[in-house]
Amino acid sequence: MEKQTKSLQETESDVVDEFSMFDEWLDKYEYLIELGKSLTDYPEEKKTDERLINGCQSRVWLDYKIDGGRIFFNADSDAIITKGIISLLIRIYSGRTPEEILSSDFSVVDKIGLKENLSPTRANGLVSMIARIREIAAENR
Amino acid sequence: MAAIDDIRSVFPALSRKVYGKNLVYFDNAATVQRPQPVIDCWNRMAVDSNANIHRAVHRLAEEATEAYESARDTVKNFINAASREEIVFTSGATASVNLVAFSFGEAFIGEGDEVIVTEAEHHSDIVPWQMLCLRKGAALKVLPVDDSGHLKVEELKSLISPRTKIMAVTHISNVLGLVNPVKEIVAECHARGVAVLVDGAQGIVHQNVDVQDMDCDFYVFSGHKMFAATGTGVLYGKKKWLDRMPPFMTGGEMVGTVKYTGTTFAPLPMKFEAGTQNFAGAATLTPAVQTAVSFRSQELMENEDAVKAYLLDKLLNDSRIHLYGVPSCLDEKIPLFSFSVTGAHHEDLALIMDKMGIALRSGQMCAEPLMDRFGVTGMLRASLVAYNTMEEAEYFIASLDKAIKMLI
Repeated sequence: MEKQTKSLQETESDVVDEFSMFDEWLDKYEYLIELGKSLTDYPEEKKTDERLINGCQSRVWLDYKIDGGRIFFNADSDAIITKGIISLLIRIYSGRTPEEILSSDFSVVDKIGLKENLSPTRANGLVSMIARIREIAAENR
Repeated sequence: MAAIDDIRSVFPALSRKVYGKNLVYFDNAATVQRPQPVIDCWNRMAVDSNANIHRAVHRLAEEATEAYESARDTVKNFINAASREEIVFTSGATASVNLVAFSFGEAFIGEGDEVIVTEAEHHSDIVPWQMLCLRKGAALKVLPVDDSGHLKVEELKSLISPRTKIMAVTHISNVLGLVNPVKEIVAECHARGVAVLVDGAQGIVHQNVDVQDMDCDFYVFSGHKMFAATGTGVLYGKKKWLDRMPPFMTGGEMVGTVKYTGTTFAPLPMKFEAGTQNFAGAATLTPAVQTAVSFRSQELMENEDAVKAYLLDKLLNDSRIHLYGVPSCLDEKIPLFSFSVTGAHHEDLALIMDKMGIALRSGQMCAEPLMDRFGVTGMLRASLVAYNTMEEAEYFIASLDKAIKMLI
């Protein structure tokens, strides 16, 4: 569980800056695939139905715990690009207070040019994951 | 090749670009692109002939009715139905199956009866039957497929019981792309007094369908998969059944007389066409059928066969790829290939290949029981029609290789 040293908005703009370096979708996807592959600490035994956020395309598991008033998220997916985006979301939202999370407009995925990954027509687990993060924050405010 | 260039030029969508690349549209089994004559017909119905059909005596209504009813004749001839009364327009194959599951069910299915579906069915040919069984206390039985995706037809004999009333079987599965021996299945079922509904959503696009020769009791398909407007569909039903089935939806033009004490219903096929019909859409079935027929020219079929053989060979002989629906001969397969790649998720592959300009389908493809059968959470599917070229197929194979290498 990493403590956050920057504010949510600062981390968000770091991520947006990193992605602005990529002109090509190929580079973007390669970076996400790399991020996805390096996200390895989600325990197998926590891939349970209660933690599963189901989509038609990919499956996403989301787990969290609360420590010192902060919510720490851990998540996994069977699809690697989704997993890469998950790793970005964890970097931004994990270790924050519920208030901080709810202060976000959740537009980072849009800002880094991955909006098509979030279109509800994709019916993937990512849309539901963002909704779930928001829900968990609201429940624990 | 001249014929294929000519035919492609009729489809405006095929010349568009996505992400700056030429569109390679390999999602035809979900919806096929529309040819200019269909677009023109749709426009004409909106601009010139927009009036409610069957009711009024004015000129516009006459034109709209004529377009709608002549589409019925076109479809009747296309599938060689015995009469135009046997062609019911619906909103799609799903609506057609629901109609039969409800109305046939009301008339002929009771507690303890049995309905057979196959493991290769689309959700639309499973769930309506499941609901029927729940309503009536009937049982749903399933004819399985083998590892290559072929129906285990030899098990049908023992699956049919004296309580079996109807069987629903897909002509060609939207996942496996194998042409099922429907004529043989119909004969087997009829010998035991079982009616047969054939889901022709894919079959109508790739096979010459003669419902009298097939002898099926019902044949259903969607317009949008065979070049017509979305929201159009056909239910072919033998008159002997349609006559004895109660209406599915009621109201509008489907009545004879209406009194508070009771209502009589219009004759076939209008008995099953409640409410204002999608007349603008149905009218496009006429140019759509003409397109479907033109796709069966020898030159285009030869091209399609060559593309199909190429893709089958490439996908079967790549050790990273697992193909579902492996034919024993080329004729048994349509150019529809569902597969998975060891170590690469179908969603990742679809996302990357989308950026390469290739439109594919990924996911469960509305066939979750079939996904379970093959032990996967989803597949990637490339589905082609005769307007797709060998160049596109080669680009697809090269792009797939590139995408796999990015992921593994």
